Amino acid sequence: MLRGALRFGLGPGLLGRGLGTHRGGSTLDWDGKVSEIKKKIQSILPGGAWSPLCDTSHLPPEHSDVVIVGGGVVGLSVAYWLKRLEKQQGAVRVLVVERDHTYSQASTVLSVGGIRQQFSLPENIQLSLFSVEFLRNINEYLAVVDDPPLDLQFNPSGYLFLASEEGATIMENNVKVQRQEGAKVCLMSPEQLRKKFPWINTEGVALASYGLENEGWFDPWCLLQGLRRKVQSMGVLFCHGEVTRFVSSSNHMETASGEKVTLKRIHEVHVKVDHSQEYQPVECAIVVNAAGAWSGRIAELAGIGKGPPGTLQGTKLPVEPRKRYVYLWHCPQGPGLEAPLVADPSGAYFRREGLGNNYLGGCSPSEEEEPDPGNLEVDHAFFQEKVWPRLARRVPAFEALKVRRAWAGYYDYNTFDQNGVVGPHPLVINMYFATGFSGHGLQQAPAVGRAVAEVMLEGRFQTINLSPFLFSRFYLGEKAQERCII
Amino acid sequence: MGKQRVRSEKARPANQRESLRLVAPVWNGGTSGIRGLSRAVDPEGSQRKGRALLQFLADRFYDVEAVRGYLLQKQVLKVLQKNRSFTYIKERYGPYVAGASFILKQGGAVKFQDKEWMRPNGRGLSGELWKLREVPVEAVDASGCAINYQGLDHLLALRELQSLSLRCCPHVDDWCLGRLHQLADSLRELSLAGCPRISERGLACLHHLQNLRRLDISDLPAVSNPGLTQILVEEMLPDCEVLGADWAQGLKLGPEEQPRDTASSPIPA
Repeated sequence: MLRGALRFGLGPGLLGRGLGTHRGGSTLDWDGKVSEIKKKIQSILPGGAWSPLCDTSHLPPEHSDVVIVGGGVVGLSVAYWLKRLEKQQGAVRVLVVERDHTYSQASTVLSVGGIRQQFSLPENIQLSLFSVEFLRNINEYLAVVDDPPLDLQFNPSGYLFLASEEGATIMENNVKVQRQEGAKVCLMSPEQLRKKFPWINTEGVALASYGLENEGWFDPWCLLQGLRRKVQSMGVLFCHGEVTRFVSSSNHMETASGEKVTLKRIHEVHVKVDHSQEYQPVECAIVVNAAGAWSGRIAELAGIGKGPPGTLQGTKLPVEPRKRYVYLWHCPQGPGLEAPLVADPSGAYFRREGLGNNYLGGCSPSEEEEPDPGNLEVDHAFFQEKVWPRLARRVPAFEALKVRRAWAGYYDYNTFDQNGVVGPHPLVINMYFATGFSGHGLQQAPAVGRAVAEVMLEGRFQTINLSPFLFSRFYLGEKAQERCII
Repeated sequence: MGKQRVRSEKARPANQRESLRLVAPVWNGGTSGIRGLSRAVDPEGSQRKGRALLQFLADRFYDVEAVRGYLLQKQVLKVLQKNRSFTYIKERYGPYVAGASFILKQGGAVKFQDKEWMRPNGRGLSGELWKLREVPVEAVDASGCAINYQGLDHLLALRELQSLSLRCCPHVDDWCLGRLHQLADSLRELSLAGCPRISERGLACLHHLQNLRRLDISDLPAVSNPGLTQILVEEMLPDCEVLGADWAQGLKLGPEEQPRDTASSPIPA
């Protein structure tokens, strides 16, 4: 009705104006003005985007039940499982805050994308087994009506770990634990290795463990987009901004034995919008720290670690960014289609990429060689001095290769025991961690998301018991050491 | 995702062409993945208008979206139900009979050692199946069956299986191929022709099957580079005869070679 009036009122029916425009060489953009006025009126009508107070559509909402700091694969996985495990549809309002929507520095998309069950801790093996089952049935878990199914480009080629004399016993024990948990791994002698993969030089190799099923590599970007799409369809809100402050309140209490304890509770999260000083205080009930390489900074903002060293208040979150290089090279005589992801005992690893004799690989540096994590610049000398000689020794065909590309990414490295931190903080009672996976976060993300969602909704781990990965181990000194780190 | 490929118009027996059309729409257009399988039975035209209307409604109403989600779910459950495990039969009659009854129920054919091919005859399983408890299964023809990762359990229990045909199975994908290493000792012949979900990544894990002598990897729409893949697979399995991409596949036909009608002028393979 109003639209009809507009057309009637602002058309050539308005005599005075109409004559005015015909008279003089007018530069009045009459059509433009009309459409502008129409747009304004339409937005004022109910359902339009205009609000009389002020426009806050670019800001996150003022209230949210759960705020997840970090929109990488772990953060999105937590959001997905929260919405999936909530008792009533729409019961939990979730907000995911991600600083960089291009994910240019996020560990997820810069990762090599491998998934394996060859770990030494049973918890890690179980996490990986569930994640593989999630990836296999990804189109059932992340199905969105009318959207095309996801193609993860999974290569089921397996991981091949090589061990020297010293590491052979540890490898045997690890394989026993892996088999007990249900992973399909087999041990190979150097003789069998030479027969199966004739391009390997087995000098110095005493034993090898080869994953037969459910191991390989896939495309992490596809998993991220799939999670993002599904999570948005389930009603999770996304915010493009940075967390700058936590507003919390403290409670001074006494334990049963008379010790004084200060419990903190976060009430608000200040989210600063990109390229501006504007921020929005988001009132929340729970904060999840899934910020990856920057989790240490977020934990400091929440006041974790501010206290005398040696006490629980003084225990910092020992997660820091560590830079790792990945190189892509072309080797025309290299290993064929059957090549798994080979991990040398010296720390160098490589895998096939595509069909054109291209390979991806790198090496974990020793503690002294750790590069400066200030930026993501690639050090090509590292490849020449450390990676290439080790790889060429293991695979003689790699003596002749040409590096095509290289990039660097961060590990959210847990300096304590190189395993994830999962679960609530004992003092800041509504901050939950899902970080510190030191290079195997991508492959454990679906299972970790489910575990953290269970702790948040039910109060305890229900499917996989991740109590060895709680924060309190840093104070108690109980290391959950993983011996199979690439 | 869902690339449109120019299929070379080779002569093919009629039933194979029928079954190929059953799976082709999954990759054409690529707009509705799993549901495309159900759409395959009907012709495209009026269905598409109906789909567009449903999509329009689903974008605007939560109820319609929920109903469509539910129907999708039902389809998935149907496949899962077909692939459930036959524990009772397995315990009572052994793995060979359990595997055989699974295949026959799905519509495939089974050949026991020293016996003829058994096909489903539309009246349930034949009585003589239950007497073959100790006889190993030699060959399985599961063409067009809705076998998935779970259902493969039944096949992997057949330790003396020599020939397996998974032609045009819509749910066999790279993950399933990763499981075939359990049949490495006995498998001599494998056919994966026409499976829409198998790519070169899954073919890479066939290197475990060192006893394979015949492998058919023709007509795999998801393989990005059929000619190169065939060469790499041949290098990977030196003792095996690999039937795969025609060297002419992917090349554009010249103007005088354009087939006018595929039914009337088949080009010899």
